[in-house]
Amino acid sequence: MNAMNWQLPIIRRSALTIWRRNILVWRKLIGPAIVMNFGEPALYLLGLGFGLGFFIGEMANMPYLTFLASGIIASTAMTTASFEGMYSVYTRMVPQNTYEAILTTPLDIDDILAGEMLWCGTKSVFSGIAILLVAALLGAVHSWHALWAIPVVFLTGLCFAGPAIIMSALSPGYDFFNYYFVLAVTPMFIMCGVFYPISTLPEVMQSIVYLLPLTHAVELTRPLIAGNPVEHPLLHLGVLAGYTLIGYYFAVVLTRKRLIV
Amino acid sequence: MQPIVQARHLEKHFARFTAVKDVSFTIPRGKCFGFLGPNGAGKTTILRILLGLSPATGGQLTVFDLDIQQQAREIRRRIGVVPQQDNLDPDFTVRENLQIYASYFALPRREIESRIDRLLEFAALSERADAKTEHLSGGMKRRLTIARALINDPELVILDEPTTGLDPQARHVIWAKLSELRDRGTTLVLTTHYMEEAERLCDELVVMDHGLILDQGSPAQLIKRHVEPEVIEISGELPDSSELEQLCRIEHIGRSHYCYAHNPRPLLDHLQNQQDLIFLHRPADLEDVFLKLTGRELRDT
Ligand SMILES: Nc1ncnc2c1ncn2[C@@H]1O[C@H](COP(=O)(O)OP(=O)(O)OP(=O)(O)O)[C@@H](O)[C@H]1O
Ligand SMILES: [Mg+2]
Repeated sequence: MNAMNWQLPIIRRSALTIWRRNILVWRKLIGPAIVMNFGEPALYLLGLGFGLGFFIGEMANMPYLTFLASGIIASTAMTTASFEGMYSVYTRMVPQNTYEAILTTPLDIDDILAGEMLWCGTKSVFSGIAILLVAALLGAVHSWHALWAIPVVFLTGLCFAGPAIIMSALSPGYDFFNYYFVLAVTPMFIMCGVFYPISTLPEVMQSIVYLLPLTHAVELTRPLIAGNPVEHPLLHLGVLAGYTLIGYYFAVVLTRKRLIV
Repeated sequence: MQPIVQARHLEKHFARFTAVKDVSFTIPRGKCFGFLGPNGAGKTTILRILLGLSPATGGQLTVFDLDIQQQAREIRRRIGVVPQQDNLDPDFTVRENLQIYASYFALPRREIESRIDRLLEFAALSERADAKTEHLSGGMKRRLTIARALINDPELVILDEPTTGLDPQARHVIWAKLSELRDRGTTLVLTTHYMEEAERLCDELVVMDHGLILDQGSPAQLIKRHVEPEVIEISGELPDSSELEQLCRIEHIGRSHYCYAHNPRPLLDHLQNQQDLIFLHRPADLEDVFLKLTGRELRDT
């Protein structure tokens, strides 16, 4: 057994070449990408926002459509980064051997994964902008203030990219990712305040839910979209940043273990 | 002149399995250096260690006089690699593959376009510059992979079985390209299990098996050291091999018999008198050395 290489990763500018590679590929497939980006949130907002909104009216002192849109912006950042960090990263890491080819250049795993994470964040931003546009068209957004949600979406993407890449580094195949979706992504989607305020949950559950990153992403995006002041911004940003750094570190260590043998 | 690679007592263990055992070699600048060995000999493992992609369990290694553990990035900046299995980027066209790869070396973009044109020319792929890589033939993919390995104008090019799986035409084209490179002063390191490839291209060879170096030297030296210069291959049932054994050293594989001798004359005279034997007289080559050193039994068992 090779000893694990626990060395702290070094983030260098060369990470941007990986980000650039991915954006060039994305540009080739821009048609389906845009349909995905607009289609899904539009369905949620139209179906749930208007459908449920009709009965609910207001939630947490804002129109339900605004409440839902701000939650969906955060949760879509999560799912976008998770998909990218699992299916796409795994494809490049294992069946396609793209990383093997890149590792014979001066780049290291540190650079590759930093670039992949930046790309996950970027893709989350694309989807966030699409939802913001749909929400604005439906009248759920009232001020330019809402644009502050975009950097939060970027950070949310980074935050979920790390754990997803860790899954890729550990995964024996695509089916493995179902565990992560069922055990992590879906529960957060349902529990972390996307559809209803967390304060309605029993106290024990609240304290668990507060450990999950999506909760903090929602706590930041919601007031930004609704035009309210953000409470405890440093706490929420700190949690997302903490998950990002720890996720990146373990993603690098585990990918080294898989590829540098 | 300073050698390009110096390896001393390299070891590589995977769990309890030893893939490389006490391997030492020196690769001189401007030469073609070959690792010849059957499947599982440890060739790819050595190349991965050379690139810093596999930490050695023991031994010392310097490439360009730099230490592999400390300066792997700097070393890889100056090396081109053709891996055993093609790993072109399927999301890009032929030209884009070269552009993207160039970006990993942070090469200036203006300079790079003319270099890419030259490399496409070199690889005879100019016509296919805009094709997707999945539509290329095996030989074209291999040539593109070689072109990609040259994008950073490397001093050393490492090729892991560059022609395995290609048809004879494609193989000859690649041999010609590799000779051209070496003549321009690029150091080549290649692994192969084709004797012909090793004999044509390599100035110096290491023969390995089971992670060990069995011998090293130029092809001619190895032949001289291990086998008699003349070989007569006989097929068919031998009436009386004891008589032949007086005249040569003989090895049998099924119904084929290989007779090795310094002076083949008496043996040839003897064979002329036998009616139904088919025989072939040829000079000894690397294959004879290889089979003598690594044995004739099947691998992959
Ligand atoms: N990651 C690994 N884990 C365990 N064993 C390995 C690993 N990589 C290689 N080996 C073993 O080490 C030995 C040498 O492998 P290597 O790939 O270097 O051989 P090779 O000479 O390149 O063979 P081939 O001609 O088939 O490519 C083999 O027995 C192989 O099974
Ligand atoms: Mg090999």
